[in-house]
Amino acid sequence: MWASRAQGLSGFWYWITQPEAVAALELTVAVSALVALTNAVFGTVLAWVLVRDDFRGKNVVNAIIDLPFALPTIVAGLLVLALYGPESPVHVHVAFTRTAIYLVLLFVTLPFVVRTAQPVLHELDTQMEEAARSLGAHERTVFTRIILPNILPGILSGVAMAFARAVGEIGSITLISGNRPFQTEVASVWILNQSQSGNGTGAAAVAVLLLAISFLLLLTIGGLRRLATRHERA
Amino acid sequence: MRKYGPRSIALGYLLIVLVGPLAMIFWRIEAEGVGKAWSALTEADTIHAFKVTLILAAIAVPLNTIFGVVCALAIVRRPFPGKGLVNAFVDLPLALSPVVVGLSLFLLYGRTGWFGPWFTGHGIQILFALPAMVLATVFVSVPFVAREVVPTLRELGDEQEQAARTLGASGWQTFWRITLPSIRWAIIYGVVLTTARCLGEYGAVAVVSGSISGRTETATLRVQDYYENLNQAGAYGISLALAGIALVVLVVMTLLKPQEAAA
Amino acid sequence: MSIQARHVSKRFGDFHALDDVSIDVESGSLTALLGPSGSGKSTLLRVIAGLERPDEGEIVLDGEDATAVAPQRRGVGFVFQHYAAFKHMTVRDNVGFALEVRKRPRAEIRSRVDELLQLVQLQGFGDRYPAQLSGGQRQRMALARALAARPKVLLLDEPFGALDARVRAELRAWLRKLHEETHTTTVFVTHDQEEAMEVADRVVVMNKGRVEQSAAPRELYDRPSNEFVMSFVGRANRFGDGWVRPHDLHVTLEPNGSTREVLVERLVHVGHEVRAELIRDDGERLVLQLTRDEAERLELAAGQIVYVRPTRQTVFEEARPKDVR
Repeated sequence: MWASRAQGLSGFWYWITQPEAVAALELTVAVSALVALTNAVFGTVLAWVLVRDDFRGKNVVNAIIDLPFALPTIVAGLLVLALYGPESPVHVHVAFTRTAIYLVLLFVTLPFVVRTAQPVLHELDTQMEEAARSLGAHERTVFTRIILPNILPGILSGVAMAFARAVGEIGSITLISGNRPFQTEVASVWILNQSQSGNGTGAAAVAVLLLAISFLLLLTIGGLRRLATRHERA
Repeated sequence: MRKYGPRSIALGYLLIVLVGPLAMIFWRIEAEGVGKAWSALTEADTIHAFKVTLILAAIAVPLNTIFGVVCALAIVRRPFPGKGLVNAFVDLPLALSPVVVGLSLFLLYGRTGWFGPWFTGHGIQILFALPAMVLATVFVSVPFVAREVVPTLRELGDEQEQAARTLGASGWQTFWRITLPSIRWAIIYGVVLTTARCLGEYGAVAVVSGSISGRTETATLRVQDYYENLNQAGAYGISLALAGIALVVLVVMTLLKPQEAAA
Repeated sequence: MSIQARHVSKRFGDFHALDDVSIDVESGSLTALLGPSGSGKSTLLRVIAGLERPDEGEIVLDGEDATAVAPQRRGVGFVFQHYAAFKHMTVRDNVGFALEVRKRPRAEIRSRVDELLQLVQLQGFGDRYPAQLSGGQRQRMALARALAARPKVLLLDEPFGALDARVRAELRAWLRKLHEETHTTTVFVTHDQEEAMEVADRVVVMNKGRVEQSAAPRELYDRPSNEFVMSFVGRANRFGDGWVRPHDLHVTLEPNGSTREVLVERLVHVGHEVRAELIRDDGERLVLQLTRDEAERLELAAGQIVYVRPTRQTVFEEARPKDVR
């Protein structure tokens, strides 16, 4: 694993400044960030509905949330391609575009925020909400000032995991993105291509950079999380 | 009204992102023709691909189960210097791109790598052969058992084990008769997750195996193979098989969850 | 603010928490809802606050039907047994929450919070988090928080139940003093009859979702309306058909016609009083209470045989209790 660094510093700099590599990295980080954000919102809504709401079939819904964990990623990619690609039954054709990458990453990262937010929401002391109401807070205020701050650490954990997963995802993206350099080529695909064509040095360099970026972002999210829970450690 | 808002947003999102694509499996098989899909599934190379996948899982799962339990015990019960590092190492594969994992193996065991020359000198082929694939599969599926067992062990506390020791049980007896039974659901759940991960592995194996049909191709690699060779029926056929397995995994997971939580 | 509950019923699934409950709370009074677990007292309090909706009946606040009014707009201050502190906010932010929600100017909030922190003796703790406070401090914070917006009624749900005995006693006295100073209508729930008797002007005794009796503490003790109230409020001994208070037993060292023989099992000295645990000739356990002087005069000791006769007995018929001398 550390062998990747043994390739020489000048080579490193050369490869990470290659325009194609840079474009791939930018795309990866941008889409992953968007995916993480989307999950933050919809994952929370899903967790909310699963914990606080009740309807027929809720158990089934709760169970299928885990499907992206169980399903091979290449199959996921294939299926999203089927629905939103060339022969789409709903006439939505976004295959080989960035939207496709976005959609398939949403599929693959679906469980993360939901599963980390659920237990926190479940254990939330509803009396805090009642207290807030008795003190005059409207429902929206109760949500933004009481519920949200307390489930935020859970959401952030899920966001971190979703981001890490999205950044490194390969299997589901290979088929659907078309891997067009400068357009729909993500970092992981670029690295794969380089390693398959013998450019171990370049692949390694960009891989290291990707790792560094992920690491930085995970640290940031971890820091935010620590901030959100400082009242527990006080 | 307030209640239906979030519910419809949630379910709508699920439909677009998850359920819609899932439904496509059946749609496409039907469109392509069940016969074509079936003949692709029963091709010799396809069967071999499934065999390879199963062999990889059969090696990785037991290895990682034992490793996971040992690690969990070490982390929770016996704090040692470097514990934090081990903990991070176990979680690492979750944060790493499979491609990076594959790449590292590629560099390590390649012709110019650290270990490569030694192996080729002894006539052992690592890359583009089963050994590298095993290494890749094992590495990416390391975390699951450990991550399930660690919190369970923590919550359990070691009082029962202490009680067993005072009653005269040896270390091994304590482990076998006290510790193991109380973490069995966590282990089983972890095994299920590990297996699912092994079966679905793509990126790392893609880098190190060369994807040689009939030799080093796994089921997942074969899906891509079929698709790129415009054999959509074949691709969806294998996908259906894999999805079927995934569904079984999901059902088992769902059934096990309450057990695991209660333990 | 005056409070009335009229024929309130509330079910949770098959469980009848409240069964046709009606009470009347005078404006400015300090009332206790007393009863064992499951008696419905907390449920009633929460219905008054608007945190639960009754299945039947009405809640009338200050003469107006408030049954359908949301808790946000009832003008009640609610204190929970386990504090329900906003653990992600500082003490200051907790206490000032009600005012913030009403968009009061910051200077006003700051001075009111200071005033309240002084009142509950938490000045200096403003910037701490609830996790850093003791149980008693958290409850005082919860009280300050509930009082911030000057509610017209203060509702407390077993407010001191989670605290240790000494802190409980302090806070009880504090609550009484606060009420005397502010005259805010206050209703609190407790299962501790001593607490109810000590603090409240008026006690509503509840059991199994119904009101057994509603009266001043003295009246509850002297003139209980049924067996449940008699045995729940203060100690009571069964004597044949009737009930006898521990201090209504006359003790002699020699038997005479109407006495019963008892064995003194144990003597407990509580301050100036002596409580004797007795076993009657038929095996029934009784409790006797006398002053230290009386006990010494009789040279009462464990293992002794003495004779007792009730000086006052209460018998409950179906309709009304009867006093029998």
